[in-house]
Amino acid sequence: MLKDITIGQYFPGESIIHRLDPRFKIVITLIYIVMLFTGGTPLCLCIGALYTFIAIALSGVPLKMFWRSVRPLLPFLVITAVINLMLVRSGDVLWSWKAIKITEDGLNISAFMIVRISLLVMGTSILTYTTSPVTLTDAIERLLSPLKKLHFPVHELAMMMTIALRFIPTLIEETDKIISAQKARGAEIDTGSFMTRAKSLVSILVPLFVSAFRRADELATAMECRCYHGGEGRTRLRQLKSAPRDYIALLYTIGFLAAVIWFK
Amino acid sequence: MKNIIEIEKLHFSYPAEEGKEAAEVLKGISLSIREGEFVAVLGHNGSGKSTLAKHINAILLPTEGRVTVDGIDTADEDRLFDLRQRAGMVFQNPDNQIVSSVVEEDVAFALENLGVPYEEMRRRVDDALKAVGMYEYRLHSPSQLSGGQKQRIAIAGIIAMQPKCIILDEPTAMLDPQGRREVLATVQRMNREQGITVVLITHYMDEAAQCDRVVVIDKGSVLMDGTPREVFSQVERIKAIGLDVPQATELAHELRKAGIELPEDILTAEECADAIEALFTKKGSN
Repeated sequence: MLKDITIGQYFPGESIIHRLDPRFKIVITLIYIVMLFTGGTPLCLCIGALYTFIAIALSGVPLKMFWRSVRPLLPFLVITAVINLMLVRSGDVLWSWKAIKITEDGLNISAFMIVRISLLVMGTSILTYTTSPVTLTDAIERLLSPLKKLHFPVHELAMMMTIALRFIPTLIEETDKIISAQKARGAEIDTGSFMTRAKSLVSILVPLFVSAFRRADELATAMECRCYHGGEGRTRLRQLKSAPRDYIALLYTIGFLAAVIWFK
Repeated sequence: MKNIIEIEKLHFSYPAEEGKEAAEVLKGISLSIREGEFVAVLGHNGSGKSTLAKHINAILLPTEGRVTVDGIDTADEDRLFDLRQRAGMVFQNPDNQIVSSVVEEDVAFALENLGVPYEEMRRRVDDALKAVGMYEYRLHSPSQLSGGQKQRIAIAGIIAMQPKCIILDEPTAMLDPQGRREVLATVQRMNREQGITVVLITHYMDEAAQCDRVVVIDKGSVLMDGTPREVFSQVERIKAIGLDVPQATELAHELRKAGIELPEDILTAEECADAIEALFTKKGSN
């Protein structure tokens, strides 16, 4: 039942975007966000849209996946658009009824904002669609490694993320087993009123937590047995090597950013 | 051959809880294990066999007595990583000892911690994965593997450290028969081909019967120590402490009690069948 939940949204593939160095991908995504929010004219947004769609085409990830990433945001988009429509008072009045005035500026701003946020979500999804969570964790650890000098626990955070990712499927499986076990004892989990169901949740969460703590304890011992002693002096099996294509992608993105700034 | 593990008069008690007296779990165990030996440690729940195992790579330290592995005292904190590299440990639940979501990265975990350079790490990880027969799964996620396969990955993670001995704490207890066979065969191969000393803690008598030596622990002390034949031929004594003997041994024992002349030291089904067959041919010729 719960096994169908997919972890992260990684879409495996061999495209040029998949093969980019994940560190560069994160930096490029940050530049991309800056690019979308610097430009205030429709032309700037068009440049941003062009960049987004070229990247989507290169990634080989089906377009419907991107629609899936925007869809949950639709209510939010509609509400902000409506608020913008109502509250922007400048510009020519197109339509009015009692206190409500819809102006040309309001319409422009609303449309602008919907497109900008949709692009933002789609563009950043490319990162998570083309990079596996493990790789992403690794890249974040390396990008943040300068912060180690400020005693920021970079390695510890990355290790926590790695272990969390590793244990998600295990704990999902465990939850499934506990649900079956409680059902076999007559617990009402899918039926009954909201309150009964909420109460039966306790009977799932308690054993799940107990088991998670036990697992954590055993894992800690096993890690100690394998000489784990924090990030100091650690080497890595996964080598991140930047290739010329990473620099080309970076320059290409900076080029788009420059264009947006030029037409601002 | 020289001894790799030396346990001298080992006593261990867990720290006393409030209002309770400290329970002594190990009561003066002395044991030497030679290099390259394959030793099974038997004992029922609460006999102290897992506690004993945890002393070999310094997860627990003796309350009294001394444990040395390859000349390193387990109480010597400065050489802790040295020690743990020499004596690797595999636990019961494969799920709770795998750290990474990628098989090969998990096998590399210990090497990463030890700061092994990349080229050497790559070679040792590949060798370890090939040794346990899981090389083609190196890029899989452990959650896609069976219990037996996961346990082999855990063994590979230890083998990659190139240890002198491996301690396995009931590695097959949570596996199906197929997984048990896989894991045991892997461990036996490590022992035979790479000369790694194996301490196998188990409650499967059939597994113990395949070892070089069997040590029976009861109530925190060594009750019996010898070859499987020597130990399992004392059927009544083993039963008295709540353990079983291999099925074939038990059958032969029951038949002998019923007055049939069978040898006392039968361990495997084949031996048992042969002995019974020999009995029939003897009768036939009379």
